[in-house]
Amino acid sequence: MLATIGVADESELFADIPAEYRNPTLRLPPPLAEADLLRELTALAAMNRPVGELVSFLGGGAARHYVPGIVPAILGRSEFYTAYTPYQPEIAQGTLQSAFEFQSMVCELTGMDVANAGMYDGASAFAEACLMATAVTGRRRIAALETVEPRYLEAVRTYASGRGLPVDRIASPEELTSAHACLAIQQPNGYGCFEDGAQLGVAAHAVGALYVVHTDPLALGLFRPPADDGADIVTADGQALGVGLNFGGPSVGLFACRERFLRYMPGRIVGRTRDLDGRIGYVLTLQTREQHIRRERATSNICTAQQLLALAVAVYLAALGPRGLRQVAELCYHRAHYAAERIAALPGYRLAFPGKTFFNQFAVVCPRPPREVLAAALRQNVLAGLDISDRIANGLLICVTEMNPRAEIDLLVETLGAAAEERP
Amino acid sequence: MTAPARLSAPPEACRDALGERLTFDRSTPGKQGVLLPPLDVPEAALPTDLLRDELRLPEMSQLDVVRYFTALSRLNYSIDTGFYPLGSCTMKYNPKVDEQIAALPGFAQLHPLQPEETAQGTLRLMYELQEMLAEITGLHTASLAPMAGAQGEFAGLLVIKAALEASGRGGRTRVLVPDAAHGTNPASAAMCGFEVVSIPTGADGDIDLTALDAALDERVAALMLTLPSTLGLFDRNILRVSRAVHAAGALMYGDGANLNAIAGQVRPGDLGFDVMHINVHKTLATPHGGGGPGAGPIAVTEALAPFLPAPHVARDAEGRYRLVTPERSIGRLGAFHGNVGVLVRAYAYLRALGAEGLREMSTAAVVHANYVQARLREAYALPYDRRCMHEVVFSGSKQRARGVRTLDIAKRLIDYGFHPPTIYFPLIVEEALMIEPTEAEGKESLDAFCDAMLAIAREAEEAPELLRQAPVSAPLRRLDEATAARRPVLRWRPDPRSEERDRGGE
Repeated sequence: MLATIGVADESELFADIPAEYRNPTLRLPPPLAEADLLRELTALAAMNRPVGELVSFLGGGAARHYVPGIVPAILGRSEFYTAYTPYQPEIAQGTLQSAFEFQSMVCELTGMDVANAGMYDGASAFAEACLMATAVTGRRRIAALETVEPRYLEAVRTYASGRGLPVDRIASPEELTSAHACLAIQQPNGYGCFEDGAQLGVAAHAVGALYVVHTDPLALGLFRPPADDGADIVTADGQALGVGLNFGGPSVGLFACRERFLRYMPGRIVGRTRDLDGRIGYVLTLQTREQHIRRERATSNICTAQQLLALAVAVYLAALGPRGLRQVAELCYHRAHYAAERIAALPGYRLAFPGKTFFNQFAVVCPRPPREVLAAALRQNVLAGLDISDRIANGLLICVTEMNPRAEIDLLVETLGAAAEERP
Repeated sequence: MTAPARLSAPPEACRDALGERLTFDRSTPGKQGVLLPPLDVPEAALPTDLLRDELRLPEMSQLDVVRYFTALSRLNYSIDTGFYPLGSCTMKYNPKVDEQIAALPGFAQLHPLQPEETAQGTLRLMYELQEMLAEITGLHTASLAPMAGAQGEFAGLLVIKAALEASGRGGRTRVLVPDAAHGTNPASAAMCGFEVVSIPTGADGDIDLTALDAALDERVAALMLTLPSTLGLFDRNILRVSRAVHAAGALMYGDGANLNAIAGQVRPGDLGFDVMHINVHKTLATPHGGGGPGAGPIAVTEALAPFLPAPHVARDAEGRYRLVTPERSIGRLGAFHGNVGVLVRAYAYLRALGAEGLREMSTAAVVHANYVQARLREAYALPYDRRCMHEVVFSGSKQRARGVRTLDIAKRLIDYGFHPPTIYFPLIVEEALMIEPTEAEGKESLDAFCDAMLAIAREAEEAPELLRQAPVSAPLRRLDEATAARRPVLRWRPDPRSEERDRGGE
């Protein structure tokens, strides 16, 4: 090849690089052959204690859910995972049609008119929804209810900081004004409780703001979709829908909105069309919203996102169907309520929000600092929940899923009971 | 050479998967692909007023779902099925062992909020990856939080903005972006509240120094530069450029999309870059997934490190790894710690290569692109006639003169069994064809691709209609993208009438 190129040595091809900086000495670990690599990385993985090995009641935006065998099997088709953005639709119908399935399913779940092909994760989707609301309304202030999961609020603040958009963390919809571009809420909220979704929607619209709802897609197997409450933009994280944990990422953000806001939507969108012979096919569409066409006037800078995980969601939902999804949601609901009832009956423990409707996550107040309760539980190989004492005094957030059979819940109850009495 | 039609008309099973019948149309009431455990606790009362009436999702058996999506997969072109020289995307081979490693339960089944002492393996991996990326880029510290290159750009520019403000240089409102840049650059700058000033590329392919100097003043926060550029060229004035930018009190942002050309050859930090992002799905061989997930870590100078996004992985005096928020962090970009599952693959790739392997990687990538340039330079116009780096940008201008568009050349390549290059980008090249062969291909596939390109150049002269009709051997012929955008149909509807309503509603 060098002869064809017309150079004697490959170093000639790098002649444009300033000579004084060429060929630096890089202090990297020595190369590993495949067998050694696998051995070393397996040892590194063994330093972790994954859920499954530990009994987990951790939530806070991600939780252990069942990933049906069919999902990794389909995702492992290298025709899917070694392809890229479907710029050439004639040879990318697999990706495109799957994305169209995903968009359709997101619309059905949320009750919204249109959805995009996916965002990075739930929090960034929620943040982009707030930015989109400022673009739609021409207003600069973002209002978010204080019950939104703090990590999500932080992401909103980061995204908003770019253009210097103020973010108001409000306790009640009465604080909304006509300066607000949106009211952003989480349903169920960061403590697991259902907000009065319809009333909040009315309050948002009363000041001319958009109503942005971040929802739990698994809950939608059972509960009313945000569209029924008047949501204008709905976001969610797909983690529960066949994606798995992966220490928090990759997941996929779901993003849906009313049709009239379509042109403001960030992210890729797949549309149906026909080929020269009249056969139905799918293409990337409405690209004049996007950075590669519109550059600094694009609706967002988002480009590559999480297509493979959108496929995971589509496969998961197709495999479960409406009844399967409802069953998963019911398992989560009933087991969480069983756990809540038993924990509330333990001496010293009480529910932080008694009487509030919740799905599968609830906050309890512990008789001692949750840090100590969690440490005691971990000694029994139980991840008993998330310490939220920064939000609620002695607060512990517990999430129960279809992966926690009764025996695990009983173990949790027993562990919490013992932890209350244990000496620190 | 005749078209081999490697991706020939799909078998009937795939045809059936095509287009018309989605999962929803394959639904049979009562079917369910996965069974759930029985309820083993007492039923709690359901809040009936909050429940949904119906949920329209497909009802299918597991086998039906597998067959449907397997058939769909066969309609895709992918790296594992053929040569994929998509410029600027670095479609290199994705090592299978990396998939195996990422799927280890110790990595894959870790909850992001579990106690740090139960996640030391992953945290150590992340810490070491941060160190390795800092070493490769010649910068001080890396952050793994950004979930894609574009999010890395956004984070990197926010870091620059915060650092300038902290040093009393706030109020700088402009970001300079060369006209050859990726669209994400200006879009990210705009999301950070900056005004974008476009800087032209000189006739030799390097940035226009006169224009740069004229634009550099106290209003400028940063120059965003892709190195090598999207023309596949290494800017020969890079040191002069970074000196000028710094002299004006601005910072250098490096778009690492093309790091595959120079990794191990030169460290961008040595050339004056203050921040850069790395697309791990390009340079570090993590799979592209049909459009993600990728990851876009950023590396920065010591002065900028306190502003990095949250979280960052630190090692304490006892050798324990912890997630921390940098002192003056720009904040959180997502719910958790970045696309960790992707980063595991990137780490594994780097550990397999080592420093020498990294240099061999970029050397081979550059040799391959220059080989393609040498073989095709007679047949296709070369607007910037220089040695290239890891990719070569031709123009279809000769063929255009005969009424054949670059789009036609690209579509004809499909008939020859290849994925087309990136086309019509960079925007400054007329009828651009951007070819990035990567280091992973052997001479045989490079020759087969070049032979096809030469055959197509001849066809453009002798039988241009072949090109305009192409592709003829793909699952579908050319699609009507104009109608798709004019009358968007973006979701399945239960009956055609509501689809008509969709179309009418636009």
